[in-house]
Amino acid sequence: MFLEIWLKHAALEVQEYVRLVGATFRAIVTRPRYRHDIVEQLDLIGVGSLTVVLLTGFFTGAALASQTGLTLDQYGGRAVVGKLISSSMIKELGPVLTALMLTGRIGSGIAAELGSMVVTDQIYALRALGTDPVRKLVVPRVIAGVLMAPVLTIIADFVGIVGGWLVSRFQLQVASGVYWSSVTEALYTQDVWMGLIKPFVLGFAIVTIACHVGLRTQGGTQGVGKATTVAVVAGSVAVIAVDFFVTQLLIKLMY
Amino acid sequence: MTATEILDETGAPVIVCDHVRLSFDEHVVLEDVSFTLIKGHTKIILGASGSGKSTILKIITGLLRADSGVIWVNGARVDRLSEREMMAVRADLGMIFQEGALFDSLTVRENVGYKLYEETDMPIEQVDRRVEEVLGFIGLGEFLHRMPSELSGGQRRRVAIARAMAFKPRILLYDEATTGLDPITATTVDDEIIKLRDIENVSSLVVTHQLRDAFYIATHMAAKKADGTVEVVPATPEKEREAEFIMFRDGLICFEGDADALRRSKDPYLQTFLS
Repeated sequence: MFLEIWLKHAALEVQEYVRLVGATFRAIVTRPRYRHDIVEQLDLIGVGSLTVVLLTGFFTGAALASQTGLTLDQYGGRAVVGKLISSSMIKELGPVLTALMLTGRIGSGIAAELGSMVVTDQIYALRALGTDPVRKLVVPRVIAGVLMAPVLTIIADFVGIVGGWLVSRFQLQVASGVYWSSVTEALYTQDVWMGLIKPFVLGFAIVTIACHVGLRTQGGTQGVGKATTVAVVAGSVAVIAVDFFVTQLLIKLMY
Repeated sequence: MTATEILDETGAPVIVCDHVRLSFDEHVVLEDVSFTLIKGHTKIILGASGSGKSTILKIITGLLRADSGVIWVNGARVDRLSEREMMAVRADLGMIFQEGALFDSLTVRENVGYKLYEETDMPIEQVDRRVEEVLGFIGLGEFLHRMPSELSGGQRRRVAIARAMAFKPRILLYDEATTGLDPITATTVDDEIIKLRDIENVSSLVVTHQLRDAFYIATHMAAKKADGTVEVVPATPEKEREAEFIMFRDGLICFEGDADALRRSKDPYLQTFLS
């Protein structure tokens, strides 16, 4: 009985999520569009997340250099530390950690904002005033998330490699020239594509999940708190899972 | 005669609900609801909490779908319309929500002019003028640049009325517009409802469980004085008859009639409600 209720509930959530994604795509390609909302969200999601992404990228790269330096020492391979950092950051850590940071910062914010609008009847008010909430609220956030996730990932990759360089140079005593040449040596076109394609998909997943959860908020302020938690938990799990499947797909297609 | 010509006539029905029914899972919210709102008249929907009176407003605006029944608004059968088609009907339909439902992130000016700024091609200067005009009408002209969080409960409701009337709809739906307000503030909101009905000729559907406000709206009218100012005075008997009461009970209409008939009713439930 419990399993049946759970399965019905899960199926309904998936159905509603797919419906929202469909409505979002339709709204993206048709008019009207709320351009100033798109610009506002690009600023909020992109510029607003810069600090957290810079710090995360930098410290991840630096810690990675320290850890891989220790392991590489066992094989006398300290000089190739840059190779490991660049490939790890660009292919995996940059996209995933940036996406996780965005889930915490953007996913929670979107779910809380839309959830509050639902419980205070603002979504009904929007519809009563002739505005489609998907066009006005979801589309600008999805566009901003999809466009800004790759930009932030590139920034995270770069500062991560810089963080790795600082540790390699001053802690592991690897010459700068050796580090940077090993960084570029490890970069293949496929790796760069993988690092660029992933954040588009992850950005889309984070924002659409947060919008879906926010718009289905029920039960007053307590419901808003619950929606925020669900958006972060579901978004984080989705980032890890989607990353795995996209990685498998891209390996099959490109390598 | 076309639908538009019929709607231009005095006494034309602007909202018709015919055997409307809605339930959420096992819980029946509206069992069988039928009523008609005549152009320029007021229908006051009374009822206890959870009797389905707010739900009927959401069904009329197409925010909720009825399980069965027919709903006509301004000659359009809204129970059959898609969300996209419904937008045209909503152009002539304003709704004031419980607690106002103002947009938190927008100023009073942006809230009031929202529809005109976002959904029409009206030039900005013209929209600004209209916003100032409606805020002046409800006596909040100096609150243009305030945020909703800086307003009192009564001011929020009045701004919500201004937002609903800014695009000049011919029908306004009020959902508990005075609930939670002190009697003096509630009277200022009631006065706005009366003025809109009598000066702007707006047809009104007022949902409330505040009897004092319901009777005040039904028994008063707005009149223009010689100097152009508007005052709210006791209604003439003819005007009083233009306001009708509907009492909801468990998703059904248990009374329909004017203020006098409501006062005279011997129904035990109505007497308990009115006491």
